[in-house]
Amino acid sequence: MAMGQEKVIEDLKNKFPEKIKDVSVRFGDDIVIIDRDSLLDIVKFLKEKPHDFAMLLDLTCVDYSGQKDRFEMVYHLFSLSSNLRLRIKTRLSGKDPSIDSLTSVWKNANWLEREVYDMFGVRFEGHPYLRRLFMYDGFEGHPLRKDYPLRKRQPRIPMRKEE
Amino acid sequence: MGKVNRQKKRAGPVRGGFITTRLNSMIGWGRKYSLFQYPFITACCGMEYMSVACAHYDLDRFGMGWTRFSPRQADMLLVVGTITQKEAPVLKTVYDQMTEPKWVVAFGACAVSGGIYDNYAVVQGIDNIIPVDVYIPGCPPRPETILDALIKLQQKVQKEGHEWRWGKKK
Repeated sequence: MAMGQEKVIEDLKNKFPEKIKDVSVRFGDDIVIIDRDSLLDIVKFLKEKPHDFAMLLDLTCVDYSGQKDRFEMVYHLFSLSSNLRLRIKTRLSGKDPSIDSLTSVWKNANWLEREVYDMFGVRFEGHPYLRRLFMYDGFEGHPLRKDYPLRKRQPRIPMRKEE
Repeated sequence: MGKVNRQKKRAGPVRGGFITTRLNSMIGWGRKYSLFQYPFITACCGMEYMSVACAHYDLDRFGMGWTRFSPRQADMLLVVGTITQKEAPVLKTVYDQMTEPKWVVAFGACAVSGGIYDNYAVVQGIDNIIPVDVYIPGCPPRPETILDALIKLQQKVQKEGHEWRWGKKK
């Protein structure tokens, strides 16, 4: 763990003592598990100086089907000035999963969140244009959910033969 | 100068200067050596297509060098790569825009059967959408495989029967 990373974790713990649930290290990068409701406050704090996580590298979701809080949102942050990476995770309930949108903090969150909405059906509160990104209009369900039927096909035009 | 025995030198058409053939066979011959192609390229197989179309393997040797950028001017539709469900109506429209006679080549495993993508997003073979004349297996296919398939298509074009208008009248 680099020196700067320890400082980031320490500052986070001091600033949000109740909201940081767990901290761990995997493959040299820190993982912070946070409370779902305080996501916006925490990322705004991390984006400001001195931590300066100016870049949202990626934003995605994992479906842990069968577990209590089924969906896990994963945010990858990167600080250009201090060359640090930070991974933020938080769990969402399986029934009507929703979380605050990060579009007000990072513009690229717009399409990333639309992708997660398309594939997992997670609603992003405050997203300006939450519409499917990859699948077409009229597609039903969210294909990366574990309960999406493996063989289910939804063709846009009639097929010449049965699949 | 010395006498040249022409008849011995040329074993071509007979002396009268005409040859006989059947209309069907002549039209087939003309068509198979002037296949204008429309490449519908969506994925990595496109690299192999470029290799075949360019100088190393040189499709032009078989009279297929002419790439048209409008399906309305093309005879042969090369479907090169993965066709997703989202894209299926586009491919169907392109096929419908082509004028008769037209032939379709499914190029590579994805176009033939969906390939490794047996999932919600990919059409499991373009013959679910449009009729296909020649299937080329491989992921991606070798250029030699492609040439073999296209020569087979030429043979098919040569042998094709034609329904003449006066044939239909009764």
